[in-house]
Amino acid sequence: MREHPLFQITLARLREFYREPDAVFWVFGFPIVLAFALGIAFRNRGPGELNVGVQRGPGDSAVVSALAGGHDLRATVLDTAEGRQRLRTGRIAIFVVPGDPLVYRYDSTRTESRLARLEVNAAIQAARGRSDVVAVRDDRVVAPGSRYIDFLIPGLLGMNLLGSGIWGVGFTVVQARKNRLLKRFMATPMRRSHYLLGFILSRLLFLVLEVAALVGFGRLIFGVGVRGSLLTLTLVSVLGSLSFAGLGLLVASRARTIEAASGLMNLVMLPMWVLSGTFFSYARFPEAMQPFVKALPLTALNDALRAVMIDGAPLFGLGAPLAIVLLWGAVSFAVALRIFRWR
Amino acid sequence: MPAIHCAGLVKRYGDVVAVAGLDLTVETGECFGLLGPNGAGKTTTIEILEGLTIPDAGAVEVLGMHWDDGARGRALRERLGIQLQDTQLGDKLTVAETVALFRSFYRRKHSVDEVLGLVQLEEKRRARIGTLSGGQKQRLAIACALVNRPELLFLDEPTTGLDPQSRRQLWEIIGTFRAEGNTVLLTTHYMEEAERLCDRVAIMDHGRVIALGTPRQLIASLGAGHVVEFALADGVDTAALLPELEALAGVRSVRPAPDRVSLTVNEVHRTLPALMALVERRGAELSMLVTHHATLDDVFLALTGRQLRDA
Repeated sequence: MREHPLFQITLARLREFYREPDAVFWVFGFPIVLAFALGIAFRNRGPGELNVGVQRGPGDSAVVSALAGGHDLRATVLDTAEGRQRLRTGRIAIFVVPGDPLVYRYDSTRTESRLARLEVNAAIQAARGRSDVVAVRDDRVVAPGSRYIDFLIPGLLGMNLLGSGIWGVGFTVVQARKNRLLKRFMATPMRRSHYLLGFILSRLLFLVLEVAALVGFGRLIFGVGVRGSLLTLTLVSVLGSLSFAGLGLLVASRARTIEAASGLMNLVMLPMWVLSGTFFSYARFPEAMQPFVKALPLTALNDALRAVMIDGAPLFGLGAPLAIVLLWGAVSFAVALRIFRWR
Repeated sequence: MPAIHCAGLVKRYGDVVAVAGLDLTVETGECFGLLGPNGAGKTTTIEILEGLTIPDAGAVEVLGMHWDDGARGRALRERLGIQLQDTQLGDKLTVAETVALFRSFYRRKHSVDEVLGLVQLEEKRRARIGTLSGGQKQRLAIACALVNRPELLFLDEPTTGLDPQSRRQLWEIIGTFRAEGNTVLLTTHYMEEAERLCDRVAIMDHGRVIALGTPRQLIASLGAGHVVEFALADGVDTAALLPELEALAGVRSVRPAPDRVSLTVNEVHRTLPALMALVERRGAELSMLVTHHATLDDVFLALTGRQLRDA
């Protein structure tokens, strides 16, 4: 077994990886640091207090006292110029100009401003005596899996599998080609399939660690659970990882220099980082872009990972996204093998 | 059966003809040298013979077999040891790990310790490749080439850039390998190395073989065994001297170069006094005078009019 070429090739891959501290950080440390920073920054505390500006002048104190009766409103009396400047820079959500009629100045495309308008209006109308015509009662819940961090962790997992697949495989191949090591291997009876399988095997071994590190971190620090089965999560990750290894192989199949390969890798990865719903939902992109966005492998993988982690979806419920992931992997592998520059 | 036989090899890269119709036969058990300046086509030739480059034309037979990409090619590779020019093995792996990796590709093989013993790297077995000296890296490259007990060893500029001591160490390793009846094909642009190691030498220039024979035969083809080189002080015009130089006792040929004149001579002890007398008669002064045994460098100079080093 130790003597088998596949074992030795995989072993060399693993050693080259874990003896490179930079690579270890980018694969394991970086996603955790990112998850930690974003998890802290976007804690679920609702929109918090809304800052409201009130224009200085007759009637300003009446407005301020009316706002004191509203929900989470913080009113500040400001001169006109100051108020407009703060509104423009987002330090206040709305600027109230007392008078008759009362004027609400705000940007209706900002969610926060629209919320502020509703709250401000309700407070002012209530202060002038408007009463509710329907009796209501609030029943507040915090739904598990609905926080930003719950959304983020599966996305980071997908992004990490993409990154380590493409960098891990692509860089090693191009470096071996540039150093003429690939040619040296070709001068031995080594089977090409063993060389490529070595990448797959080492990717799978790392994958277990990558998934465990990120999921474990989310669990420990932010209480992010996995509602589906761990086995399903692992299988989905394996498929994603294999698919991205194929993509990495394709990217590296011809390039002779690290520079050329880096350019190609960024070309492949950057659009997916932005479009594939890692940090925010891809539903925000216009309708016309949706078919394209949904056809990307990272989008499909992120959807599948979220379905498992957040919704507890079983494996057979993930046919559509997994089919996209598999197709990308299979086509990439097939093309890469055809055009691969071995010497 | 010869170890290597090739005929009519041609390889072009765009407009550049790297190998321009090359025929070569290397006998089993001999050490054969491909000698020539950079760009002569040595590396392209050896990589065609190694089955790593596909020629545009010509036939190659190695150990009686032809190259293919399948099982026959792999079977042939089992019997070859190959060291390429400037392969960079992975810096993060240790010496023993690298040898074990290459070893795993072969059926019939040395143990890791045996092969490290052959190249005298036992004490470095746990060292990372990134920490090795140039000579040690090169010995490791040879270890990877020897690990499968090859019958035929290809070495592409094995000692280029090495210090004299490392070079001698490599020569010893090659000597040991040959002592078991194995065959070596090497390329070099060090004439001294070729004279020392090779039974036969093919001198290459512009993708062709321009001379072939034992080092002794090639040197003998100069017609004389010694070379006298001199230069005159104060820029005295040596061109005017050429007819007189050719007439000097023992001189076979005269080759003027920008900074010196080189004479191929049979008997130094007769030529030198005559040369001195000539210089004296002309009232000139010697600024440089060197004599040495004729080498393959002189053969290359005689064949191409260029020095090997700056060709």
